[in-house]
Amino acid sequence: MKSRLLEIHGPRGWAIWGALMIIFAFIVPSLVPEQYALILGKYCCFAMVALAVDLVWGFAGILSLGHCLFFALGGYAMGMYLLRSVGTSGVYRSELPDFMVFLDWKELPWFWRGFDNFWFALSMAVLVPGFVGFVFGYFAFRSRIKGVYFSIITQALTYAAMLLFFRNETGFGGNNGLTDFKTMYGYSLRDPSTKAFLFSLSVIALGLAYLSCRFLVTSKYGAVLRAVRDDEPKTRFTGYNTLNYKWFAWTFSTMLCGIAGALYVPQVGIINPSEMQPSNSIEAVIWVATGGRGTLLGPILGAFLVSGSKSVLTAAVPDLWLFFLGALFVVVTLLLPRGIAGLAQGPLRKKAHGH
Amino acid sequence: MKLVTFRLFLLLLIAASALTGSAFADEARPDVSGLGSEDLAEVTRAIVSIGKSSSPEAIEILSALEAGQIERDSARRVFLRKESGELVPLTGGSPEGTTKKVTLNNVARRTLGETLARLSLTASDVNVRRAAAERLADQPDPETVEFIRSLVEAEKDAKTKGFMDLAIAKVDLRSPDRARRLAAAKAIIASEDISLVAELKAIVGKGPNSYIEPDPEVRREFSRALSTVERRIVKINAISNTIYGLSLGSVLLLAALGLAITFGLMRVINMAHGEMLMLGAYATFFVRERLVAIGPEITEWYLLFAIPFAFAVTFGAGVLLERLVIRHLYGRPLETLLATWGLSLILIQAVRLVFGAQNVAVANPEWLSGGFELMPALVVPYSRIAVLLFTAIVVLFVAYILRGTSIGLRVRSVTQNRETAAALGIPTRRVDTLTFGLGSGLAGLGGVALSQLGNVGPELGQQHIIDSFVVVVLGGVGNILGTVIAGFGLGIANKLLEPSVGAVLGKIFLLVILILFIQIRPQGLFAQKGRAAESA
Repeated sequence: MKSRLLEIHGPRGWAIWGALMIIFAFIVPSLVPEQYALILGKYCCFAMVALAVDLVWGFAGILSLGHCLFFALGGYAMGMYLLRSVGTSGVYRSELPDFMVFLDWKELPWFWRGFDNFWFALSMAVLVPGFVGFVFGYFAFRSRIKGVYFSIITQALTYAAMLLFFRNETGFGGNNGLTDFKTMYGYSLRDPSTKAFLFSLSVIALGLAYLSCRFLVTSKYGAVLRAVRDDEPKTRFTGYNTLNYKWFAWTFSTMLCGIAGALYVPQVGIINPSEMQPSNSIEAVIWVATGGRGTLLGPILGAFLVSGSKSVLTAAVPDLWLFFLGALFVVVTLLLPRGIAGLAQGPLRKKAHGH
Repeated sequence: MKLVTFRLFLLLLIAASALTGSAFADEARPDVSGLGSEDLAEVTRAIVSIGKSSSPEAIEILSALEAGQIERDSARRVFLRKESGELVPLTGGSPEGTTKKVTLNNVARRTLGETLARLSLTASDVNVRRAAAERLADQPDPETVEFIRSLVEAEKDAKTKGFMDLAIAKVDLRSPDRARRLAAAKAIIASEDISLVAELKAIVGKGPNSYIEPDPEVRREFSRALSTVERRIVKINAISNTIYGLSLGSVLLLAALGLAITFGLMRVINMAHGEMLMLGAYATFFVRERLVAIGPEITEWYLLFAIPFAFAVTFGAGVLLERLVIRHLYGRPLETLLATWGLSLILIQAVRLVFGAQNVAVANPEWLSGGFELMPALVVPYSRIAVLLFTAIVVLFVAYILRGTSIGLRVRSVTQNRETAAALGIPTRRVDTLTFGLGSGLAGLGGVALSQLGNVGPELGQQHIIDSFVVVVLGGVGNILGTVIAGFGLGIANKLLEPSVGAVLGKIFLLVILILFIQIRPQGLFAQKGRAAESA
């Protein structure tokens, strides 16, 4: 057991991890102003998405352009709970969420049942994205869809889901999504201490997500996964069922996104279908590419750096942000194929990437 | 719809006047001087008196008045403003000072409408009568219908009679006379009308305590009329969906054709391909704006300049893209995808800054506006027909390049087996660049076509990129015939699904079908055979 823990990280690594957790989860929230805590909390959720993308792209060679779908599904599950816990204190003083009253619905749709329970909603935030990922992964990997085909289909999937969620009839508030939340588990979302707590929770979740990914990639499973990435046919001929390896990584990754989404929504206070738009998923990919795929720490850094630049640039020079982002895509892929982490690791090792 | 009928009506009138050959001859001209009056009551009286005159020109003058083509000068002289802008005096003399359009109030307008209807329904020219009857059948008022009743027996032309019967039927639907209601139902069955569904449904339905239509036999006839009209609507919808599906398919095809070629050749997905569409559309906009500044005659033909210009711009952009980015990512398709996505962001933002974030409208040239009435109530815009033809020409052009030229031979050889082609001395890199330029240029041509169908905005490409990928995947990589069939098939399927499940669900449905389809045929509808198939 102890040796397995030391495989994940050396003693120094564990010490740094622990120190960072303590600093960010317990000390930072009491130091930084509320609005910065909110932004950092958001970035933590993004970083979890980056980890999830990295796990499938950096370690299994599967480029997903639809991970925001799973993020949004987790977010919607949490949003449904938050909206149910508004109770009768909404604008229309009704038992039903405001948008249903507005649409003149008389009773709660069946798929909203149970979402007044926090733990049910939380498990749905993990299980629904996981289930969608599980089913999609089965069909995609079974028919050996790879490379750009897979990427395009994930994009089509999230696009289709976005269109679906934009409809009022789908039952998730249509265009406006779910918003006007008031309390979570009995605590007011406006309360600074609730916000600080959510931030700490995001830091801890990110830390644990990192550890679990680290656990996976340092295991034998992780070694086979990398083998699948580098040469899938050879791995298959060696006797491994590559489908199961990819399938597990994929499903795990989608669940991670669901958790990130569930943490994201109470902090920003809204979830709507635009979270699923294809460009969001591609932005998540550029976090990973910028940070350095296949490194776990790199993508976290990338998520913070790119999102940070976005916050700064869209506020200061809004016209330039898309130029910057576009240039980042080009520069990173052309000049920094291994991202920032690659810079730190030194000269490029020869290996086959990207298939 | 109404506007089109009206245009048709005017067109027929002009044709009729050309046939008589005596346009505005002096001898039989009715007295039109009253039209020059400032007093609208006098204008109204003049309208009535023109209507009573037996002059063959009365119709022409009154419909010109209805179209706002009659003008008067300060000396109350009356003129006809022709389409060409020429001013023809109706009361003699040349205009004094500026001329003003004769405007009408409601009373004068109603009088004019009735007078015109009477005149044209009794005209000796069958085309004039038919057009007038068709127009009246659209929204008949009881007074005119009473007049029509007196004419319908004597009418020789079957079509005109049909329209007259329909006009009468529309008024007689709720007539207290049983025979008239029965005749109305029969007339509706015999007509080509599709506007009466709601009305007929109400009539055969139940009121608060009894049927609205008390007589069972008449009611039976009305239900028969209702089902006939409904069947007619289904038929028209099916035809119009097929036509609009073909039109949508041609757009998808134009967008996907270039993509299919570049993807087939280099196995990379160009995410900036949609932006080439957008650039092509903006190139069209740009050309038109420039030509408007030169003059209206040349603006009419702006498409002739826009097509080569858009092709050149996007061809150049494609060549640059390949030289600067894509060739450096050779063998790394996923990175190519990301880099080209980045480029698409840059292009979108650049266009936004140059042309503005708002959508711009690229007006159709005169010869493409309007439409062709395929069936009653089914007008196909000329622009859609033109895009369809344009697509056919582009596809043939591509097929010729690929099959009939030495460049095409090289492209095909590199597509099939890059290493062997290179070993045989084909400059694969140069072929790559040229092909990429060609693929982008085709998207530019697609942009020209899109600019004729709707507004042009910076996000135009993003709207089409996923659809065109779907077409490429469905059609099979690098397969022109497959792309053609997939494009049209998808377009028609989309339009056929739309009315029953709605546009959004239809689209989702298709995407789900695509995902399932790939399970069965990962290589697309038309899998390539031989060596090329293995490397896909």
